Formats: sequence, C-alpha cells, structure tokens
Amino acid sequence: MADSGHPGDIARDDAPAFTSKDGSERGEAAANGESSVSGVAVTINRPRHELYAYWRDFGNLATFMLNVEAIEVRDSQRSHWRVSGPNGSYEWDAIVTEDVDGERIGWQAGNSDVPNSGWVSFHEAAPGRGTVVTAVIAYDPPAGILGKLVAKATQQEPAIQARRDLRRFKQLMETGEIATTTPPNREPKS
Amino acid sequence: MRALTWHGKHDVRVDSVPDPEIINPRDAIIKITSTAICGSDLHLYDGYIPTMKAGDILGHEFMGEVVETGPKSTLKKGQRVVVPFVIACGSCYHCSKQQYSGCDNGNPADNQDIEGELWGQVGTALFGYSHMTGGYPGGQAEYVRVPFSDVGPIVIPDGVDDDKVLFLSDILPTGWMAAENADIEEGDIVAVWGCGPVGLFAIQSALLMGAHRVIAIDHFPHRLQLAKGLGAEVLNFEETDIYDALMTMTGGIGPDAVIDSVGLESHGMFVDNIVDQIKASTFLATDRPHALRQAIVACRKGGRVSVPGVYGGMLDKFPFGALMEKGLTLKTGQTHVQRYLPALLSAIMEDKIDTTFLISDRMALEDAPKGYKKFHDEQNVCTKVVLKPDWAKADPAGEA
Repeated sequence: MADSGHPGDIARDDAPAFTSKDGSERGEAAANGESSVSGVAVTINRPRHELYAYWRDFGNLATFMLNVEAIEVRDSQRSHWRVSGPNGSYEWDAIVTEDVDGERIGWQAGNSDVPNSGWVSFHEAAPGRGTVVTAVIAYDPPAGILGKLVAKATQQEPAIQARRDLRRFKQLMETGEIATTTPPNREPKS
Repeated sequence: MRALTWHGKHDVRVDSVPDPEIINPRDAIIKITSTAICGSDLHLYDGYIPTMKAGDILGHEFMGEVVETGPKSTLKKGQRVVVPFVIACGSCYHCSKQQYSGCDNGNPADNQDIEGELWGQVGTALFGYSHMTGGYPGGQAEYVRVPFSDVGPIVIPDGVDDDKVLFLSDILPTGWMAAENADIEEGDIVAVWGCGPVGLFAIQSALLMGAHRVIAIDHFPHRLQLAKGLGAEVLNFEETDIYDALMTMTGGIGPDAVIDSVGLESHGMFVDNIVDQIKASTFLATDRPHALRQAIVACRKGGRVSVPGVYGGMLDKFPFGALMEKGLTLKTGQTHVQRYLPALLSAIMEDKIDTTFLISDRMALEDAPKGYKKFHDEQNVCTKVVLKPDWAKADPAGEA
C-alpha cells in the first residue's frame, strides 16, 4: 500500500494476500515461492466438518475434479495424482503439509514436472449460509509465462480448473448431482 | 427425433437429432405435446445472443407427458407436466429464497465463465438458450431431458387442454412477476410498455392485483386491440406523444408504476434510438432501451419501475438522474417461475385467468421455421405461435 505517512493509518487492507495487485504480496500465499498464485472461494450450504471430511478423503476428489485421471492414496500423508494437462498427463505425489481438522488442508507436490502447492480452507459462513470453502493454488507454469497463456487458452490453467472444480463441489454437496449436458463416457460437444 | 435447431441468423431448421437420455438421477424425459416460440427466441433468431452453436435445439416453453424418470425423480410416467423455462436445483441459497432464476447449481461449471465475466456472477440455466445458460437442449422438439425434475415441472390435472396451461412455462408467470414487482396499491395507474405476450399478461395481472387503471403502449393495432380487450386504455407511440398523454391521463402526476415489457430490441424512430442502433451495430453499446428511458421519465416521483423485458449487456444514456432525483424503485429479473406455478394453475382452473386469447397460430413442429419467420415479420397479427410435435407437416399445396 502507498505510504500515507500519517501515524496510525493502516498499512494493509483486509483482503486475502492472493487478491493483491502486487506480485510479491500474492507470493506470500505460495508455500514454496511458486510464481503463479490464485485463489477462489465458494459458499456451500453444508456443515464445515462434512465438507472437510469429504475433501480429506482424497479418493473422493475425482468425483468433481474432472481433469483428474486418477488419485491413489498411499498413506495418511501421501497420494499419487495423475492429471490431464495441456501437453498430456502430469503425475506427481501430493504430500499433506498441514491438516487442521475441519478447517484446513495444505499440500505440496513432490516429484512433479510442475511444482505446485496449495491449501483449501473451510470456514463458517454467515449464520444459515453454510461454509466458505477457499482454495489457493500456487504453481510454476511450465515454460514460464508463455506456457501459462497457452494453458489459459486451452482452459486448463489451474486457476480456471480450481474455480470450476469448486463449483462442481458445491453442486455435488448441495444437490447430489453435477450439472451437465453430456452423457457419461462421451466427449463433450465443445 | 425431430427438433428445431439454430444454424445462424434467420436460419432455423427442423433436423433429425439423437433422442435425449437420462444422465443424472433427478432427470426425467418428457414427450412434448405442445411448445411455443417466445419473443426471446427472436433475439436468438436475430443473432443477438452470443455462445450459440449450429445445431443447438431451441425452445423453452413446453409441456408434455413423462416417459422416463431417473431414480431420484419424483415424477411418474404418464403424468402431464408443464416445465418451467428456468432450471433450478431447489436446495441452494437462492432456491431456498424462491429466487429460482438465480439458482447457483443448474449451470454446468464449464459454461459458467461467460456470465460470470459479463455480469459478475453466474446466472442460472435455461432450456434452449445458448451455451452461456448451460447449453441445455430446448423443447421445440419431440422429446426433452429435464434436470431437477423434482423441483421444476408442475403436474396438470386430466381433462385440461394443453393450450390453457402451456404459458405457465414462461410468459404468464413473467407477466405476473412484472406486475408483482410494480408493488401495485389501491388507486394506482400503471403504464405498460409493450403489448406482446408478457405485456398483455402484465396488464391482466395488474388488473387482478387491483390496479385502478392500466395504460398500455405499443404501435401494432392488433396488439393494442388485445390490450383494450383486457381492460387497458391504449396509446400508439407512432401517433401520440407518450409523455404528454401519460401526464394528462394521470392528472399531471405521472403513472404510479411503469412496466417495461419491451427489453433490448426496443423500437423507436427517435434520435436516442437511432444512436442506440448505430452503437449496437458497431458494438459500442449492446442494448437499445428507448422504452425504458420513456418509462423512467414518465414515472411519478416515488414510483416504481418494473422491468421484465430482457436486457443482456450495456445501456447507453440511461436516465439515472431521473431515477435518483425522483426516488424511484427499480425491480427486475428473470422470472422465478417455480414460485408462481401453483397459484397461477389454480387461477386458470378457476377461470380467473384465460391465456388462450393470445394464440394466433398453431402448426406442426415440422413447420416451425415458417412460424419463426411469421412471428418475426408479422408482429401485428402474429401474437403467439404454438407448435405441435405430433401434427403432420402442412400440405405445401395448401400454403398461402
């Protein structure tokens, strides 16, 4: 923030770091200094612990993360992921780096072509509204900024995926279904 | 099955396409017995709406018989239902407040980005109205897949003709909600711009809600005649200065409530509208709000502005000063159809509301392209086209 020079004035506003226009402030949200950080929040009308529990059982994630080809849970901290990306499949191991029951899950990728880390948090929304689920993804795009632009154009950029995955998570939790016009096992028309 | 598909500006065709299937547990498949062409379909026909793809099936006003149900549907095969044009899940925040057209969960996640970019948040899913609203195939067809079939469709009792209830799908609740949004009080004079189906139902609803007088504005003599038949006084904007007439007819006050049932393709031979058209064609502005401007300027101080007319993008030269300085209330939105269905069905069954007067044309689904052209070109005599999928195509030798 601009230096107002007046004692007692606030130095930072209340916005989450990943919404900052300043690149280095956004970088504060990245566990390992990855260069691209984005976050998205949804409000889901289900109890916080229910949503945390569903997410924490990583085998469930493929039900709404549609670019995930497979997740193999190896132990309580480690799972092996295969995800489709703009240039084919990417594989990595996800290592849980923080786990606060009912509140927050953080992870970091090991053995990855694309270094990435992130966290998902679960907070009470206003009374009667349910739970705010916030997901932050930090990654180093392959082939730098050009790779990121290509991925964005092919709509596989992690920020876009995260936004869509959270919407699908909300649909699944609130309605029991994921909205679609495509029969399963068939290519979408687009 | 046969279905009416979009292929470009002024190009709709009846094609053979795959039958719909049950995909999600709450789905049902309806065999369509009657389906209508909407004024909003003309925006698709005229190429105003982005994210259309060749082959998309149109149609969002339909009814028919349940022929297949998913395991979590509450419908039963053989039931006759009218289906709301809005797809709503019933369990999100907006549905719980009966704001069904604001449902969070009907629009597939991959389709939601455009509306999010245009409008800030995601709008709901509709049948047959571009991929921005979900890409759901519409009901100008022999069959349609209805998601969340436990929330939307209303069951129609036996022995009631399709034509009496078909408009529960869209235009009747739309006219009713338009009048409701005008917050009508005893003694009110309500002015309605646009005597198309929505305007006519808004007039009918406003009078049922106790409006003292309704003044209706259009330029098509036949539509003005229909408005008069419902009990409105009528003004023709090609012959009459609307502002002067309204001020005189309301004793110098201005209407207490105004309803814009025209929307984004507003006509006008006036400077502001010509500028609008130029701007729209060169993409400096997208919508042409001449009727809305007139309505806001005419409305009395402290009055109410109700906008059922559809807008999609940006307006230019919007009289916000008039809105603010006169302390007006503006209520608008896509219809929360599910909210109104039970009460409106009862009103129809008790003969308090008749909607059949509106139907000017009935034809086979196979003749739908002719129906679109007529509805588009002959807006004086053609007020509503109802398509019947089980009628045979008209004999070419018998065509005018």
